[in-house]
Amino acid sequence: MQFDDAIIDINRLSFSYDDRIILSDINLVIPRRKLVAIMGGSGCGKTTLLKLIGRQLQPSSGAVKVNGVDISTLDHEGLYALRRKMGMLYQFGALFGDLTVYENVAFPLREHFQLPETIVRNLVLMKLQAVGLRGAAALYPSELSGGMARRVALARAIAMDPMLVMYDEPFAGLDPISLSTVGLLIRELNDALNLTSILVTHDVVESLAIVDYIYFVSNGRIVAQGTPEDIRHTEDPLVQQFVRGERDGPLPFHYPAASYQESILGGNKISKISENA
Amino acid sequence: MMVVIRSGLERIGRGFFNILITLGFATRLLGAILKESGMCWRRFSMIRRELYFSGVLSLVLIAVSGLFVGMVLALQGYDVLKRYGSEAALGVLVSLSLVRELGPVVGGLLFASRAGSAITAEIGLMKATDQLAAMDMMAVSPIARIVAPRFWGGVLSMPLLTALFSMMGIIGGYLVGVKMIGIDEGAFWGQMQATIRFQADILNGLIKGFVFGIAIALTAVFEGYDAKATPEGVSAATTRTVVFSALAVLMLDFILTVFMFRGV
Repeated sequence: MQFDDAIIDINRLSFSYDDRIILSDINLVIPRRKLVAIMGGSGCGKTTLLKLIGRQLQPSSGAVKVNGVDISTLDHEGLYALRRKMGMLYQFGALFGDLTVYENVAFPLREHFQLPETIVRNLVLMKLQAVGLRGAAALYPSELSGGMARRVALARAIAMDPMLVMYDEPFAGLDPISLSTVGLLIRELNDALNLTSILVTHDVVESLAIVDYIYFVSNGRIVAQGTPEDIRHTEDPLVQQFVRGERDGPLPFHYPAASYQESILGGNKISKISENA
Repeated sequence: MMVVIRSGLERIGRGFFNILITLGFATRLLGAILKESGMCWRRFSMIRRELYFSGVLSLVLIAVSGLFVGMVLALQGYDVLKRYGSEAALGVLVSLSLVRELGPVVGGLLFASRAGSAITAEIGLMKATDQLAAMDMMAVSPIARIVAPRFWGGVLSMPLLTALFSMMGIIGGYLVGVKMIGIDEGAFWGQMQATIRFQADILNGLIKGFVFGIAIALTAVFEGYDAKATPEGVSAATTRTVVFSALAVLMLDFILTVFMFRGV
């Protein structure tokens, strides 16, 4: 699909690790000010894709353009200048355990700017207010629930007023209330702050309710894409299996193995997987 | 038979090759630390925090260990010196042993176990919980912000702890030699003062402590930074820090002793 104003343009991107192909020939465009989900099963390469966009990994081939600039051409200073405009929320928050909630959110501001403490304080409290946790400013990450930690990480991710926020599995391990709270926050912050957001997730219900566009990744390739409405009504069997949460389908329940009969009657032959189990 | 020999040789070769690769990475990390140390020296509170965690929190362990090592040294030394009628030289024996060897070496081994393992575990856990990656994505260098202060905290702590260990050991030797056994106090301190030389003995001992500090701190931060980002990976890295630091201290001690005390 073509977008007029793309903030990220990924062209024929491939990534391999130890001769194992993780991503293959990915073409993907993220339009500005939209909330786009990258969905797929566990281990399909979604998080790797986020790391490639932030250049935490180098692609084997292909290019990632952010704001029209091929990020592989940036030097260290150029990359860090770009990352200041990016926010990233990790799966379990990645909050600094020895800092309070307040200090965690203040961290990027203090590291990058020589601001008076009163301004830092006001900025931090504004960000915490936006995620509903101003009252938790003095707590340490170990005192927070999973959902609260995710919201603090969200406040930290937007502390520098980025143009792009990337979310890596923000719904993982959350109770239903926290899940819907985090989902709504992602949507509201995207619209209120004119952000562009990339949401890597395998949570179908929550994602279809909040995102503008979806890319489906399977076995390192984009196999389907479209608006939530397109995805709900697609005939693609893989997407159907994913949306409906079916156990068997194009993605099989059983890991590839010799026939069951052969395994049972095969004497001492035990596969490597069962040896390690 | 040939196959067995060949596979054995291959394994040795691969192991040696892996050691070289690891040493190469550690050297590159040291280069990066030196290059990116400006921030923590400008914001000295970062190093001060690590001096507290690595140095101050090791004080009790080092002081108590030093005291007991000195007391045992005095008991053993007295037993030998008595046979030659040289009990008065006990102070010299205790202090020379501590200042030249036991202070830096035992202090280094204790420091590796107490502070080195803690540094590795802390950095490894930060890596396993994506804190280092998050920092890097915030355009804050984890080498400058996390690794370098811990490295310098370790390097600066070690010579000070070495001095403390030796001092407490001498006090332990004094308590056993003078107060318990009854050696003449004047002879104990007088012979020590007359024999121990500041540069050849005390300074060289402190230099040893400083060099061991570099080896232990580099091993600790490298193992933490290089740890596999899993609980098992962090656990294995912590073990490697203690093992490799201990080996490095003992090997470096031999090399430094050859240069410092040969022919003295």
